[in-house]
Amino acid sequence: MALSREQVQHIAELARLELSEQETELFVEQLSAILDYAEQLNDLDTDAVPPTAQVLALRNVMRSDELQPCLTPDQALANAPQRQDAYFRVRAILE
Amino acid sequence: MEYVATIGMEVHAQILTQTKMFCGCPNELTSAAPNTHTCPVCLGMPGVLPVINRVAVEATVLTGMALNCTIPSFSKFDRKNYHYPDLPKGYQISQYDLPLCTSGHLDVTVEGDARRIGIRRVHLEEDTARLVHQGGVSLVDFNRSGVPLMEIVTEADLHSAEDAYAYLSKLRQILRYLGVSTGNMEDGAMRCEANISVRPEGAEVLGTKVEVKNLNSFRSVRMAIAYEIERQIAVLEQGGRVQQVTMGWDETNHRTLFQRSKEGAEDYRYFPEPDLPPIEVDEEWRAGIRCRLPELPDEKEERFTQSYGIREADAALLTQDLQVANYFEAACAACEGPTSPQTVANWVLGDLYRLLGASGSDIQACPVRPEGLASLLALVESGKINGTTAKDVLNEMFASGRSAEEIVKNKGLAQISDEDTLTEIVLSVLDQNPGPAQQYREGKLQVLGFLVGQVMRQTRGQANAQAVAEIIKTELARQS
Ligand SMILES: [Zn+2]
Repeated sequence: MALSREQVQHIAELARLELSEQETELFVEQLSAILDYAEQLNDLDTDAVPPTAQVLALRNVMRSDELQPCLTPDQALANAPQRQDAYFRVRAILE
Repeated sequence: MEYVATIGMEVHAQILTQTKMFCGCPNELTSAAPNTHTCPVCLGMPGVLPVINRVAVEATVLTGMALNCTIPSFSKFDRKNYHYPDLPKGYQISQYDLPLCTSGHLDVTVEGDARRIGIRRVHLEEDTARLVHQGGVSLVDFNRSGVPLMEIVTEADLHSAEDAYAYLSKLRQILRYLGVSTGNMEDGAMRCEANISVRPEGAEVLGTKVEVKNLNSFRSVRMAIAYEIERQIAVLEQGGRVQQVTMGWDETNHRTLFQRSKEGAEDYRYFPEPDLPPIEVDEEWRAGIRCRLPELPDEKEERFTQSYGIREADAALLTQDLQVANYFEAACAACEGPTSPQTVANWVLGDLYRLLGASGSDIQACPVRPEGLASLLALVESGKINGTTAKDVLNEMFASGRSAEEIVKNKGLAQISDEDTLTEIVLSVLDQNPGPAQQYREGKLQVLGFLVGQVMRQTRGQANAQAVAEIIKTELARQS
């Protein structure tokens, strides 16, 4: 299945990636190849196989509502590119 | 031309749990310093694994049951992918096609008319971090990141701002009865969005839908929806087309403002959350949750009118807030003797509400406990004090926290019913008011009220008014 340039650019936009002309070309080719590979699954007869959202045969893995220790603000912020007081600082978000 | 508005509502409510949705950090936002309630899971560190909080699942299912929903036996979580600084993983764990609760309804009353609002779904997700906008930068506090959040979505069954207001009030009342959320819009524990469209009456096809966000209070919900309906009608009247956009409510200027276009509609690329096994709600678990359904507002209101025999309007007021309803019931239970539930209701909704309103406290912190109110009413009922004095005593009880008996005793407020004492006062009043006394004798019976009033004044309201009236009549008859 061949992806169009527009589709690749749309995906890049959703992922907040900026692609050059060459990169777009490259990914049109590579992403299309990946889809082709996955498309082989369509050859399987899955009529008798119920759809699933999960490959593990697990159900209802839950925890009780009990407190666990937290990180300190300094630990939480240790890898932050920018901080201000006890906050992570990012570029202004325009609503 | 007449127009019909069609409205669907989406409400997000933070769930009252000890810990967050997928990690053991405290779900506590009001008093926490920034970034003190975080861990690798809610900070979205690579490689960590979320684990579902069972209490949050049960709170959502319980809410669905209260909203008459179907609880499917199979439900799962999905990833909703988008980029924003309040979302550290680049996706929100939410539910897409298989929510915990589906197809319910909520009955509301709008201006006296009973209306049934369809509930399309109730699903569970995680809240995002909190952003603080500060000049040229934005600051991120992850305490809110991962707080359990339920989303309640209606069918497009609402048609006016009043419908929306009634729905939201009833929904909040139920969330509070269930104890699953504070329902406070002021601090963001409950948030609301409305999808609004307008079409000419009789038109088959719905108009273009506009989403209105930033509704941060009940008042703004009502104003924003009314405004947006008018705005869309005006566009159509002028021969224009309503654009499919997201609008924000401008609280300062009371209007909706364009936020963004919906063209190139959101592309969230939902897919099943691979880190979380699905949820199966079997019959046993479902029954266990259903057992925890408390008496809901409608049932309670019905019971209050039936078994206490109080006025319907009062039952509706008393049951608006569960704590008030409980207070009323406790006071009724504490009443010995003939005090009627309607009397208790009158005092709770009248003088007690006035005192609570003036002091800004809620009924749980009320210094007058239900038993205290009951003993005050017993003093009235037994004739020890009269109604006017009782109001003063209640004020004093509220201010000092002391008991009614103590206040009545210390201040000498007991009603004067002693006939000799009252006769003495009546005679002096008649002496001081020969004119009215004469008028009464001449058949102008309505001056009796004036004469009783004079006696009440002399006794600072403590005389037994009925006894006073009798004595005046006797004395005047004797004197003529
Ligand atoms: Zn955490």
